[in-house]
Amino acid sequence: MPTKEGSMMMTRADGRKNEDIRPITVRAGVLHRANGSALFSLGRTTAIAAVYGPRPLHPKHLQIPNKALLQTVYSMTPFSTTERVRPGPSRRSQEITKVVREALEPAVYVEEFPKATIDVYMDILQADAGTRTAAINAASVALADAGIPMRDLVCAVAVGKIDGQYTVDLAGKEEELTECDLPVAIMPRTGKVTLLQMDGDITTEDVVKIIKLARQACGKIYEMQKQALRDRWLPEAKAMEEAKG
Amino acid sequence: MILQDNFIHNLAAKGLRMDKRKLDEFRPIVVETGVIAKAEGSARVKIGNTEVIVGVKLDVGTPFPDKPSEGVLITNAEFSPIASPLFEKGPPREEAIELARVVDRGIRESKAIETAKLCIAEKEKVWMVFVDIHILNHFGNLIDASAMAAIAALLTAKMPEYDGEKVNYEKHSGKLPVKCKPVAVTMAKIGERIVVDASLEEEQVMAARLTATTKDDGNVCALQKGGTSSLTLEDIESMLALSKEKGKEIRKLL
Repeated sequence: MPTKEGSMMMTRADGRKNEDIRPITVRAGVLHRANGSALFSLGRTTAIAAVYGPRPLHPKHLQIPNKALLQTVYSMTPFSTTERVRPGPSRRSQEITKVVREALEPAVYVEEFPKATIDVYMDILQADAGTRTAAINAASVALADAGIPMRDLVCAVAVGKIDGQYTVDLAGKEEELTECDLPVAIMPRTGKVTLLQMDGDITTEDVVKIIKLARQACGKIYEMQKQALRDRWLPEAKAMEEAKG
Repeated sequence: MILQDNFIHNLAAKGLRMDKRKLDEFRPIVVETGVIAKAEGSARVKIGNTEVIVGVKLDVGTPFPDKPSEGVLITNAEFSPIASPLFEKGPPREEAIELARVVDRGIRESKAIETAKLCIAEKEKVWMVFVDIHILNHFGNLIDASAMAAIAALLTAKMPEYDGEKVNYEKHSGKLPVKCKPVAVTMAKIGERIVVDASLEEEQVMAARLTATTKDDGNVCALQKGGTSSLTLEDIESMLALSKEKGKEIRKLL
């Protein structure tokens, strides 16, 4: 943890303290054809996720006898960055698709739906660092919005180290300045880590400290995610109760 | 399948493995360099029956606009059907892409290749270093074998001569500048236990894995979690310590 003095001294380009994340918006049920959906934005990074299923899986040989297949697609819209992103899968997006799926699956009771598929599509509408973590945050709310049984939501944030200070939720130019970029996803109830990647050059002690910091930062994201689900479903639940009389 | 799953779990819980290794023991490692005469650098690595070949090719190309005076590293992995009945022909799939990107990250982030020395003319011409990973036998732990073969091949790579117009691959002018040895160690969580160098059977039943690439000074330069389950902070701490220790052992073979 940076000291109070340290964090006061080191104000970041956008005025945040080292441990601060950017302003968050989360909304559940933003799309109408999907079974579940969510919008998640962190500063200028915006991800939208749609969930279909559990639904039958074809071709049949892909079916898993004792659990559902969780399928994900992460993609960036062409207009999401300064330089246009070429449509279609890139090597980067295919890797992210894989790690994001492995970040979400620990939270989903896939064993409840043998042979079925649960499909999660995540589109990055606007990118300003932290798109894979935004995609995870959106997708976990979308899965819950679809009514899929889950052990917990998944919350994710990236932490870096700039001028010797741990810096939570890298944005803009910070991605170029940082000594490391460490996206982490956790299930807040148990603190278990479901996504962990890093590029950089730091000590093993740094890694552990950074994971702890990421856990703290995820607390706020978790509350916002839960609130989004309450906002989406509480009025409906209440209306149903009233109708019952 | 389920029988084998239980068997491996029960063994691991007792600190045992199917092939009688200790939980923190690699299969025998063999590193052989200079296996492809036509490549500027090459290596074949065997970890037990897993076998990987890496060829390094050099060519002259244009630098990336944001790094106008640095050489370019391009890493690719081919999961050829010769290596496993489950590999199919066609463009690289998720696993091959992930493997190549994890190996790439280890080399890139450790700054093993001194890319500044690979500039020929700023903004115009730099050396491009192509690291091509080719799997020959898939018996588990492809990431560690590939990373090992990649750095071994880079360490032996020679610079072809360049006269300003053509690359002369017949003549060489010194070695590719490589200054450190990043080593990837992948650890799998089976039940509550952590094993290194998972075999194919162990990979099929593992809950999650973590690849940690360490440098000569013990720092970490790349991490990648995989698998459908989660890791606790305690798991990660012991994995990091293990990767440092095993990294040191493996580095001696390079």
